[in-house]
Amino acid sequence: MLKMTHLSKVYRTEVVETYALRDFNIDVKEGEFVAVTGPSGSGKTTFLTIAGLLETFTGGEYHLDGVEVSNLNDNARSKIRNEKIGFIFQAFNLIPDLNVFDNVEVPLRYRGMKAAERKQRIMDALERVGLASRAKHYPAELSGGQQQRVAIARALAGSPRLLLADEPTGNLDTQMARGVMELLEEIHREGATIVMVTHDPELAARAQRNVHIIDGQVVDLAEDPRFHHAQHTAHTGTPA
Amino acid sequence: MFAYYFQLGLRSLRKNPLLTALMVMAIGFGVAASMTTYSVFRATSNNPIPQKSSQLFVPQIDNWGPEDAQRNNGEPPQAITYTDAIGLMRDHRAKRQTALYPAGLSIVPADANQLPFHENTYAVYADAFAMFDIPFRYGGGWTAAEDDSRAAVAVIGKTLNDKLFHGENSVGREINLDGRSYRITGVMDHWDPQPLFFDAVNTGGFDDPTQLFVPFTRMIELKVPTNGNNNCNKDPGQGWDNWLHSECIWLGFWAELPSKAEADAYRSYLSGYAAEQQRAGRFRWAPNVRLRNVVEWLDFEKVVPAEAKISLLVALGFLIICLVNTIGLLLAKFMRRSSEIGVRRALGAARSEIYMQFLIEAAAVGLAGGLLGLLLTGVGVYGISLIFDPQVARLATLDVPLVLLTLLVAILATVIAAFYPTWRAAQVQPAWQLKSN
Repeated sequence: MLKMTHLSKVYRTEVVETYALRDFNIDVKEGEFVAVTGPSGSGKTTFLTIAGLLETFTGGEYHLDGVEVSNLNDNARSKIRNEKIGFIFQAFNLIPDLNVFDNVEVPLRYRGMKAAERKQRIMDALERVGLASRAKHYPAELSGGQQQRVAIARALAGSPRLLLADEPTGNLDTQMARGVMELLEEIHREGATIVMVTHDPELAARAQRNVHIIDGQVVDLAEDPRFHHAQHTAHTGTPA
Repeated sequence: MFAYYFQLGLRSLRKNPLLTALMVMAIGFGVAASMTTYSVFRATSNNPIPQKSSQLFVPQIDNWGPEDAQRNNGEPPQAITYTDAIGLMRDHRAKRQTALYPAGLSIVPADANQLPFHENTYAVYADAFAMFDIPFRYGGGWTAAEDDSRAAVAVIGKTLNDKLFHGENSVGREINLDGRSYRITGVMDHWDPQPLFFDAVNTGGFDDPTQLFVPFTRMIELKVPTNGNNNCNKDPGQGWDNWLHSECIWLGFWAELPSKAEADAYRSYLSGYAAEQQRAGRFRWAPNVRLRNVVEWLDFEKVVPAEAKISLLVALGFLIICLVNTIGLLLAKFMRRSSEIGVRRALGAARSEIYMQFLIEAAAVGLAGGLLGLLLTGVGVYGISLIFDPQVARLATLDVPLVLLTLLVAILATVIAAFYPTWRAAQVQPAWQLKSN
């Protein structure tokens, strides 16, 4: 479903080159639930934005659903984002001027869908996240957990093949986070491919597979000396 | 998607009423100033007879010599003498032709209780009616034979017919002019060419509609003087006949020349005519003639008032300043919505969709500005007589084409002003926006 090979992302200024991702390799199969973990600044979010075609990469290859995406133009990338990918963000990223119904409708509008089908899909998606009765409410009138559920409904309404979640519970309290996580698990059980970036080891443990990123590279936790060093310092209490 | 974007645009405008009001006012005032001055410019620079303007010509003959011509950039006088008018009429080298002048006649109503009054009156030849495409409600013009016989006939305007005959068909009835009776051959329908091309010299191009035409030949026989300009470069001497055969210029002349070949031939004829006058000893200089069609003639006569051009330029400058302000306001408004743009891009909006959304929002601002501009243009047109001559000001009207133009200019100008802010909005990188949230 999602395969990156020797992928790199470099941010260049006049004086310095910063590698956000370096020789980055990952292969996510269709129907997998993968958690991507790693320390802050390790490149998790950069990976996710490249995976979601929100950002271009500097080198390597990226195949999404069998299509090499590096040479696609803006229209083609936008079409793929719209039809194949669903996004769930830490900050929910709902449009404050639109009510719940209209927020969920946004991706469907860009698909040129007929009004009746749009309405059906929106209500189904809201039903699914338990917010059908809040369709006319504005984001500011909802709790954080409810806003994230709306964001999930928005991602689901377009029936994407790949769901990309960036710290989906990062802004939620424990109870709300649990609810959102259960929803993601349910969506996964129904066949969706999910890639979730998270700091939370508890959440990561609920995924089928964990991918750890350090310094812009995927590492095998069992073999990486940096991980062992981190584990050791944590156990002995030595400051990092 | 248009309806969706338009709806989003209106929602966004309602969200920031102050910013919206500033933009709408900037556009409204800018467009209103431009359209008000344009309404005057349009009226004064109008082609009064578009179907024939390239076929109707004014001949000019230099009968005053190089010294006078030099003072006018080498141009011959703007009017011609009676001698030349009769010479051109006699030679009859055009399909149709007429000499003309504004005649000072009094109209004496049949009702003795009413006082005599004046209407704009022209002495013309019979060809004038067909040449100028004058529309008739009843009857028609007089005949060439009636020109030759100096017949007491007249063509009256619709307004005069309403006044004297209550709008009835008055063809065949009599009208009293300066105490003499004239038989009415025709009643014109409304005819008010603007500018008044056939006598721009005496009117400056703007006057009330002509209500009376009488035969040139009869007016000359009755020694009816011109109501317009009479310019002499030397004393013509005493009496009508001396004046008539002097070098005083006071007549207009129009020739209908349907093709370029005919116009070229007429130009050669004019040169030949002037050369003949030179050989006869009347002119002591080489032929200096001109032949201008309607548009060239109005341009030569500078019919468009200088203040109309200047005020239009000033108003357009004002509109540009308003649009520059609008660019700034739109930029502020659009960039404030970077996070929304980022979300929309992430959810599948291509850059072109962002362009479309924001340009349509700008068009909605333009439409609102256009509606305000329309209201202000109405006020401006009403008050235009404070700046312009009343004869010019009365021509400035807020008609359907001007209404549509006002809205079109407002929308188009705002959309153009929105190009840069929209381009900036479409450049928003969704990844950065979403990360920064």
